[in-house]
Amino acid sequence: MTEETMIASPSVLETRFPDAVKRDERAGYEGFIVEAKKLIEVATALRDEMGYDFLSSVTGVDYIEEDKMEVVYHFYRSTGGRSLVLAVQVPRKKAVVPSLVAVFPGADFQEREAWDLLGIKFEGHPDLRRILMWEGFAGFPLRKDWKEPFYVEDQKPFGNRWPGGEVHRIEDLNQYGKNVVYPKGFDNPQNWKYEEEDILYENLQKLANEGKGEFATDQVVVNLGPQHPSTHGVFRMAVVLDGETIAALKPVMGYLHRNHEKIGERNTYLHNMPFTDRLDYLSSMSNNWGYALAVEKLLGPKGTVTERAEYLRVIMAELTRISNHLWAVGFLLNDLGAFFTPSLYAIQERELILDIFEATAGARMMCNYFRFGGVSRDLPPGVLEKIKGLVNDRLPRKVDELDRYLTENEIVRSRTEGVGVLTPEDAIAYSAVGPVLRASGVPYDIRRADPYGIYDRFDFDVAVRYHGDVYDRYIIRIDEIRQSLRILQQAVKSIPEGSVLDKNPYNVRVPAGESYGRVEGPKGELGYYLVSDGKTNPYRYHVRAPSFINLTALEKMCVGQKVADVVVILGSIDIVLGEVDR
Amino acid sequence: MTKDSSLQVPEEMRSQVAISNFRDLVTGALDGTYNWGRKNSIWPLMFGLACCGIEMICTAAGRFDMARFGMEIMRPSPRQADLMIVSGTVTKKMLPQIVRLYNQMPEPKYVMAMGACASGGGPFKEGYNVVAGIDKFLPVDVYVPGCPPTPQALLHGLMKMQEKIESQKLSEVRWYDDKDPVKAVPVPVLGPDLMDPRDFRKIKQGAKA
Repeated sequence: MTEETMIASPSVLETRFPDAVKRDERAGYEGFIVEAKKLIEVATALRDEMGYDFLSSVTGVDYIEEDKMEVVYHFYRSTGGRSLVLAVQVPRKKAVVPSLVAVFPGADFQEREAWDLLGIKFEGHPDLRRILMWEGFAGFPLRKDWKEPFYVEDQKPFGNRWPGGEVHRIEDLNQYGKNVVYPKGFDNPQNWKYEEEDILYENLQKLANEGKGEFATDQVVVNLGPQHPSTHGVFRMAVVLDGETIAALKPVMGYLHRNHEKIGERNTYLHNMPFTDRLDYLSSMSNNWGYALAVEKLLGPKGTVTERAEYLRVIMAELTRISNHLWAVGFLLNDLGAFFTPSLYAIQERELILDIFEATAGARMMCNYFRFGGVSRDLPPGVLEKIKGLVNDRLPRKVDELDRYLTENEIVRSRTEGVGVLTPEDAIAYSAVGPVLRASGVPYDIRRADPYGIYDRFDFDVAVRYHGDVYDRYIIRIDEIRQSLRILQQAVKSIPEGSVLDKNPYNVRVPAGESYGRVEGPKGELGYYLVSDGKTNPYRYHVRAPSFINLTALEKMCVGQKVADVVVILGSIDIVLGEVDR
Repeated sequence: MTKDSSLQVPEEMRSQVAISNFRDLVTGALDGTYNWGRKNSIWPLMFGLACCGIEMICTAAGRFDMARFGMEIMRPSPRQADLMIVSGTVTKKMLPQIVRLYNQMPEPKYVMAMGACASGGGPFKEGYNVVAGIDKFLPVDVYVPGCPPTPQALLHGLMKMQEKIESQKLSEVRWYDDKDPVKAVPVPVLGPDLMDPRDFRKIKQGAKA
């Protein structure tokens, strides 16, 4: 795959801002380096003059050798095409970058994450708090000089697990205090004041009373979650209610923050593959693909995928999409109050797809199936026939059945139509992706907009709906299942014979450079940002998780709605906490 | 049998001797009924933490059908639950809530560590926000291995749970012990790192060093 970063002539940006923008000259990097002071100006021009209206990913990299902190932005056009990468470099000691929230509201959570994990301060951010860790946590964990309490080594495999080496439990190392930095004057843990909630509620009240002046009425703060049957996992929404109407809402997350990125930077490249399974644990195959794509981009011609493996990738990813959407539709109905019965219909079909995964990859959910340059193993005998039976006969019937039961259902329609509306302008501004974006009338699907794999060979439509409400977000999933079935029907017919993996997947030598691999996962654009320094493990490993960034627009969708609808709106975004918190 | 030393019966005579201790006789007869009722109506807490939660839902769904064992009634409220299935990675940020939920469950209560993460940290063990196993804070009754455990494995774990309940004796269970009443597990505090109240002295020393 060739890395072509701009469709417009690349010099446009340099000529427009001759003293603020220069090309990134490092080997393996293809973006532009922007002066921190001019960032907002450049970003505004990108959005208004050059059509790069979609800020996909914001993340930071700690270049400790050069004593620099870099913030990397990936811009796209919502009409399709390749990325434009901007990087802002600031000194590590004084890592301050202007916030882009005013230009691209979708940067909100991502900037908070970069502050939380890397300690990059975003000047002008309206609510710069920690997002994944808690307020008061010591240090910025993704900085290269930060060490956790049970720190072992920088690179795997760890010596203490090596045969013949000394074996000890990591919990017994460095217990309490050695690596944890306690604040000055900290003497009694019992007196520790936990400030997070106070700041959160204060911000909420400010939001709720905005523009009310002296007529502010009494309001109630309600916390939904983290242990709440409707929040799809350990997610929390702090809500200010005015009667039954939402006056303000703040998502609180991090209850499942499993430190993917820190662990990923210690793993070898192949080590990370099973970890990607556990991001969006309902669609592990798609997650695998995004990561494999990012590494294959870095590998260049060495990462060429065999023909049969390309087909298998499409088949597995589309089956994943179907199983994920079935789950999403079933549980959306759960949130509406149709407790568990519609889900049972959905899970029944999902189990059949899981059977195929289990037969092929060996696991129902955590497939760990993709390798760099192919997939781990071929289909066992008989499985292709199973898939053919499913995609040609059973699943189309069952989707029609779901459609018949739900789509015209009076209660479903009255509960979902006109609820949680997201306009197309807002959807793009808030960096919403996947079904959420397409239900708002933006026909943006990476399989079409920036094709990867062999999607350009298949005939399918990008499903779009135009109202941007919960009902459209439900029905677009049914549409997408049908389109996936179309792709699958073509793929199982034309899949060629041949090997599925030509190279030894272990010990890949990844050349230095950066890459951003993105796929259209069931929940939207799933991107992996990798920085390699030529060693066995990635220097920086960042996941642009669709569920996480889709939540940025949650507040926008919920304010003014009734509290009972919040649960439904959240269900319609279809989040998975493994991916939100990573 | 009984703990009373005066009632010790030689091994070879055991089948010949009837126990004449009245208390044991009554509770022994009750044990069977009591445990039969409890083991066939376990109400798990509706509480999914991570990936394992999905397999837990699948176990409750049509194909594997937990209801066959009398445990289909998942309660969202800890006040009505008997069994906490810790289904997924326990993070430091979530731990205070989990401990609080456990404390809110009425006795008799059980904890099942489902999957590698809840049992010992699993693949995320080295993470800075991950607690390497819920058993560092809560007493675990059954561990179910797997990442995630298949529904079959979870069902096996639940059957082991039933076996454990069946083997309990009214006269020995902790929730009827007046002399040593069950205490709540101290709720950890989120400070510069997770702080376990039981280790406060150690932490204090560490902070000074």
